[in-house]
Amino acid sequence: MDWRRFAIIVFVIAIMFATVVMVGSSQNSPLLIITSMLATTIAVATPLTLGALSGLYCERSGVVNIGIEGMMLGAAFFGWLAAIYMNTIFHMAPIVSLIVGVFVAMLSGGLFALLHAALSITFKVDQIIGGTVINILAIGITGFLNRQMFFGAGSVFGGQIPHAPGVLPRIAIPLLSKIPTIGRIFEQQPITWAALILVVVTHFVIFKTRWGLRTRAVGEHPRAADTVGINVYRMRYLNVIIGGMLAGLGGGFLTLESISSFEPLMTNGRGFIALAALIFGNWTPFGAWSAALVFGAAQALQINLQFFRELIPPSLAILQNSYVVGLAPYILTMLILTGLIGRTIPPAADGQAYEK
Amino acid sequence: MGHAFVKRLKELLNSLLVPLLAIITAIIIGGIIIAIVGGNPFAAYLGLAEGAFGSAKALSETAVWATPYIYAGLAVALAFKGGLFNIGAEGQLAVGAVVSALIGYALPGWLHTSLPWFIHLPLTVGLGVLGGAIWGAIPGALKAYTGGHEVINTIMMNYIALNITSFLLNGPMRDPNPLNLSAKTPDIAVSARIPPIFPGLRVHWGFVLALLIAVFVWWLLQKTTLGFEIRTVGANPDAAKYAGINVKWNIILTMGISGALAGMAGVIEVTALNYRHELGFSIGYGFDAIAIALLGKNNPFGVVLAAILFGAMRNGGTRMQFMTQIPVDIISVIQALILLFVAADAIIRFIYRIRPGEERLVLTRGWGG
Repeated sequence: MDWRRFAIIVFVIAIMFATVVMVGSSQNSPLLIITSMLATTIAVATPLTLGALSGLYCERSGVVNIGIEGMMLGAAFFGWLAAIYMNTIFHMAPIVSLIVGVFVAMLSGGLFALLHAALSITFKVDQIIGGTVINILAIGITGFLNRQMFFGAGSVFGGQIPHAPGVLPRIAIPLLSKIPTIGRIFEQQPITWAALILVVVTHFVIFKTRWGLRTRAVGEHPRAADTVGINVYRMRYLNVIIGGMLAGLGGGFLTLESISSFEPLMTNGRGFIALAALIFGNWTPFGAWSAALVFGAAQALQINLQFFRELIPPSLAILQNSYVVGLAPYILTMLILTGLIGRTIPPAADGQAYEK
Repeated sequence: MGHAFVKRLKELLNSLLVPLLAIITAIIIGGIIIAIVGGNPFAAYLGLAEGAFGSAKALSETAVWATPYIYAGLAVALAFKGGLFNIGAEGQLAVGAVVSALIGYALPGWLHTSLPWFIHLPLTVGLGVLGGAIWGAIPGALKAYTGGHEVINTIMMNYIALNITSFLLNGPMRDPNPLNLSAKTPDIAVSARIPPIFPGLRVHWGFVLALLIAVFVWWLLQKTTLGFEIRTVGANPDAAKYAGINVKWNIILTMGISGALAGMAGVIEVTALNYRHELGFSIGYGFDAIAIALLGKNNPFGVVLAAILFGAMRNGGTRMQFMTQIPVDIISVIQALILLFVAADAIIRFIYRIRPGEERLVLTRGWGG
């Protein structure tokens, strides 16, 4: 993560925060607005962070994964379905149901990843096509089961979606969360905390452990890694499955932590934006996380501007339109990928099947 | 002649073998899923076939469904030939539809005169196609000059198109009729419409045009210098550069033509079928188009066959859901399975003990571009 990238990230986030502070300052104190923006930014960045970390494990080991979107969507659905089953059919407590839901989400992400690994490592299918298969399959399966489970003939839920067991509760950090006004930032839900911890853990794993060294070896020069006795296929399989479980956790965020319902296609491009964050972050955990924060800030901007809609001055009337503000993350992604901020260097063997 | 002909026929049948087995396998697995969720697969597939081919109306509707699939499938296939992965057919289609709807309903008002069809219709179609072409050429230019990968950029352009379309159809372009409750444009003028072929059926000349365009794309790719250059850049960009081909310009052009074809899908839906643009009709076309291009092995005629198959499944799916209460979404699962087996033909070859093929489609060259 070089200083130029870091400066751009801080600058872009500062502009977005300043816009909201400017618009809302007549109603709320700047500190309150910044706190609210920051809390939203961190939460909204969670699925993007997890998606980017998912891509990081895959691509560091040499497998391009554009199926993150589908893995998230599938996990969001199955995690949510498991939580509802536990709660409604097996009468478990809501919190137990939600925890089971999180594990099922990670498991289903891992299973989709296993398919991607089999396609790209064993069958040597073009990895971008393999990822597209995952995406289409996830859309089909979730759409079909969503309708069949709840509205189909013989549905156990009798033609209606039962009450979901709510969302995961907030966990407050002692002392820090007691600080007036800004304490709110230190009250986040568990998957959000997990994402932050996983950024640090991933950095440690990839750069400080034998596992990470081997992962990077098979992603940079599989032939050499093979020669010194590293099992290339095994490393790639395991890293892709770890990646799938992280994408699954990101999917779980959508239906178990953010809102307690599922909608078809609800991932809405997050998997692809996460990939862009990974590329912008130059395949490093902290880089990817800070890029995810930029997208989080863009979405926080949209949410908060809706909140202050009435206060937007006529000269900035364009900001009143949520469709226009909603373009920001997508345009940002494209600007980032144009290499506007310098070239990034992917792992050398990224995307290439390895033939023994 | 006899011997060569038999050899060609054998080659053709051989190349059809894997896609056919992929389709059959996907349909069998789909049947198993239907049985697991408590349905009768035979009744479901009977309903599907009846809905797709059972009557003149069913055939007409299958053609109506297949039409945008042909254009969008050709768009993806042409880009594949040029070594580019266009996941943006959906956005290009939406832009084509929005532009042609605007020209279709608003142009006579802007000019304060009614227009004869031979001026209004070509303008409506042409500008819509141009819109799609530009929407495709932008990620092409980004790829050519900055190396930004077209896979992510075309997807971002999809979301940008979706946001802009939502904005326009809920705002400036919304049908002002007080009875209108949905996000749609006013109807386009009669002078901008493509008529149906038979009275009483919805199948229109846009379907016939799609078949002609498929022949045109085949001719373009196989018989022209431009087509040769596109294929060369797709096969080996470095060799193309040494051979004196302007690779950057070629990438932009390929994405532009691809976008124009996808835009055509939207234009035809507006001018020949709905006579207006409505929000949300294009959801999912982009991914379907990829599946169609791969199933058709990037061959324009293969794309037409695959598009008709997908159109038949979508069309028949509605009747299947009506008759057996199996959700129409099962079609998406079957289509994803078809794509899976076509992409990973090693699975099919393993199941049915077929000798491995020679060619393997390789698109991924890392993110650097």
